[in-house]
Amino acid sequence: MVEPDKQDHPIMAIDRDGLNALIQRLAAEGYQVIGPRVEDAAVVLGPVAGVADLPAGWTDEQSGGHYRLVADGKGEAGALFGYTLAAQGWKRYLHPPRTRLWQAHREGRSWRVEAEAAPQRYAFLGVRACELSAIGVLDRVFDNGQFTDPGYAARRSGTFIVAVNCGRAAATCFCASMDTGPKAHAGFDLALTELPGEDRAGFVVEVGSPAGAAMLQAIPHGPAAAADIDAAERAVATATAQMQRAAGGREMVADAAGVLSRNAEHPLWEAVAARCLGCGNCTAVCPTCFCTSVEDTTDLSGEVAERWRRWDSCFTLDFSYIHGGSVRRGTASRYRQWITHKLSYWHEQFGTSGCVGCGRCITWCPVGIDITEEARALAESEGRT
Amino acid sequence: MDIAAPTIRPPSGDPMLPRLFRIERVKKELSDTFTMEITPADGGPFHFRPGQFNMLSAFGVGEVPISISGDPGDPELLVHTTRVVGSVTAAICALKPGDTVGVRGPFGSHWPVEDARGADVVFVAGGIGLAPLRPAIYQIMADREHYGNVVIFYGSRTPEDLLYRRELQRWRGRFDMSTEIIVDRATGHWGGRVGVVTKLIRGGGFDRHHSIAFVCGPEVMMRFAVQTLGECGVTGDRVFLSMERNMKCALGFCGHCQFGPTFVCRDGPVYRYDAIERLFNVWEV
Ligand SMILES: Cc1cc2nc3c(=O)[nH]c(=O)nc-3n(C[C@H](O)[C@H](O)[C@H](O)COP(=O)(O)OP(=O)(O)OC[C@H]3O[C@@H](n4cnc5c(N)ncnc54)[C@H](O)[C@@H]3O)c2cc1C
Ligand code: SF4
Ligand code: SF4
Ligand code: FES
Repeated sequence: MVEPDKQDHPIMAIDRDGLNALIQRLAAEGYQVIGPRVEDAAVVLGPVAGVADLPAGWTDEQSGGHYRLVADGKGEAGALFGYTLAAQGWKRYLHPPRTRLWQAHREGRSWRVEAEAAPQRYAFLGVRACELSAIGVLDRVFDNGQFTDPGYAARRSGTFIVAVNCGRAAATCFCASMDTGPKAHAGFDLALTELPGEDRAGFVVEVGSPAGAAMLQAIPHGPAAAADIDAAERAVATATAQMQRAAGGREMVADAAGVLSRNAEHPLWEAVAARCLGCGNCTAVCPTCFCTSVEDTTDLSGEVAERWRRWDSCFTLDFSYIHGGSVRRGTASRYRQWITHKLSYWHEQFGTSGCVGCGRCITWCPVGIDITEEARALAESEGRT
Repeated sequence: MDIAAPTIRPPSGDPMLPRLFRIERVKKELSDTFTMEITPADGGPFHFRPGQFNMLSAFGVGEVPISISGDPGDPELLVHTTRVVGSVTAAICALKPGDTVGVRGPFGSHWPVEDARGADVVFVAGGIGLAPLRPAIYQIMADREHYGNVVIFYGSRTPEDLLYRRELQRWRGRFDMSTEIIVDRATGHWGGRVGVVTKLIRGGGFDRHHSIAFVCGPEVMMRFAVQTLGECGVTGDRVFLSMERNMKCALGFCGHCQFGPTFVCRDGPVYRYDAIERLFNVWEV
């Protein structure tokens, strides 16, 4: 074992026992460790107690409106992170589907308002590069320079992040063209690259923060062999190559922000509306969609009131309701709002794209509507591509 | 003249938590509209700028955006004028003096009242749109010598829908401002003008090259008002209007109030027209 140099962290390596020790160490330090596991024929995120809970030997097949878990044939010895993305991302932990904002107790004709207690501390295991970018996007949404969401800030600042670089891209992935992956460059405490090939392969480890360095110190690790560092880089390069459009992969068209901002009036909106079911799946699975609604409730005695916040979707008619009727009455304007917000408005609002190229909205759209194809169709209609 | 719709920072702390206010007085304005005066339960003044709004909560029922309609020169009393249209506004309306209402705010941009000094000021209001304009009218009338002509054009559906009737009478009696009223449909003994508010704008009474217009009312009314103002020489860089969108947070977090790349709760509700002209003319933004 060597001491990792805290100034300039050299690249380290851990084996599967080391990963198991990491999970246990995180739990011992009070984190609830969330990672990938197989449930209902899909990789989902949930509590993991050790390496045995991870989806060893599973990989996924994704395309427009289609997801299938596939065994890599190696079972327990197969890759732990051979899948690309869990159906639901980390958003549900940092920005939960339902949260109580406060409680109030009636006191005579007045009330007493109580803020919420400090939340659970999470450790995320297996955050992909695009998902790290998405967390970075949410960070800007919930700390907008004028207001900070205290609940989000508390959950976020307590979170320990173990990223895992991608060695394979699904057919729906396009992070390379969004400049968000497939390798994680910042925003993690530790980043792993699973070594390809052999049985029960280990990981090359990069340290991204002092907390990550301390954590690595506490578990069995060693310096990474030059050949392993090479193999890790090649794995990431493979994923990048798979996303090249020329090689049958997927890319977002250049200057999507400009394309969307120029085409608020376009026949494409009605054409998409003819296919879109308005179900809001895309917004639910999107790791950056942040919209919410609030609900106030009282208990049966009427003495205690609560305000809850829950995810909402710009695809619902109610979303834009004001007295006299909704602003976005048709699916055409709602789809336009969604894709324009993601690819264009977001830049003006938060200085970054609202789409990180994870492809989830493509996979989980029941009719396979494809954000990259719709943006490309608009661009092509401008005669520039 | 180059004036932007300005924003100011509201108080810090947990922006989700309402501050409790005691209802001091409730005044029925119209059959469905009431004005309430409230004071903070924890004491202290409440400073705001004309055109800003608060999120008002009724215990256990919900929270809605309501503009501040009182005098910015009197920070001891917070005033809101609300039309009952649904569950939350009805619950707030049912509260009595001594009851408590939750308040978050003030939020949003404001009418650029100070920047309009030296110019004629044209107010164009439709229906309850007079409420968010009233604080600007108060502030200008308290600083009257710094402004040119002050003109109010106010339109409502019927004479029964005219807000602040006593005050309108008083304003009409003043020599240092002009208040003109028009209704869509005359009822009862109405002897005044009938038609749309653009008719009043065409009547003039302001210097076309040195006027600032503040416009608030239903979106269709604002569309016509902006167009008519333009025809009368008041260009989009001197027209300000207040937009309305669904709001669930007023903080930029819930996404409901988006109007193109802007959040009405933070970038609005008051916009300089030329900044949003393009969006304003696209369907269902
Ligand atoms: C910046 C701003 C300032 C406003 N100022 C005033 C004012 O001074 N006086 C006044 O009477 N009204 C004002 N309104 C409109 C007022 O907020 C709505 O009438 C109110 O939200 C209706 O709520 P409700 O529960 O009674 O009605 P419901 O019809 O039951 O409303 C259901 C939900 O829809 C939303 N909603 C409905 N109508 C509107 C609307 N017009 N604008 C935004 N959200 C809406 C609310 O989220 C509400 O919770 C303002 C709106 C905005 C955005
Ligand atoms: S818009 Fe689609 S591809 Fe982009 S981040 Fe959201 S879910 Fe992923
Ligand atoms: S795309 Fe729709 S749901 Fe997602 S953040 Fe934008 S407005 Fe909200
Ligand atoms: S009201 Fe929630 S973002 Fe503006």
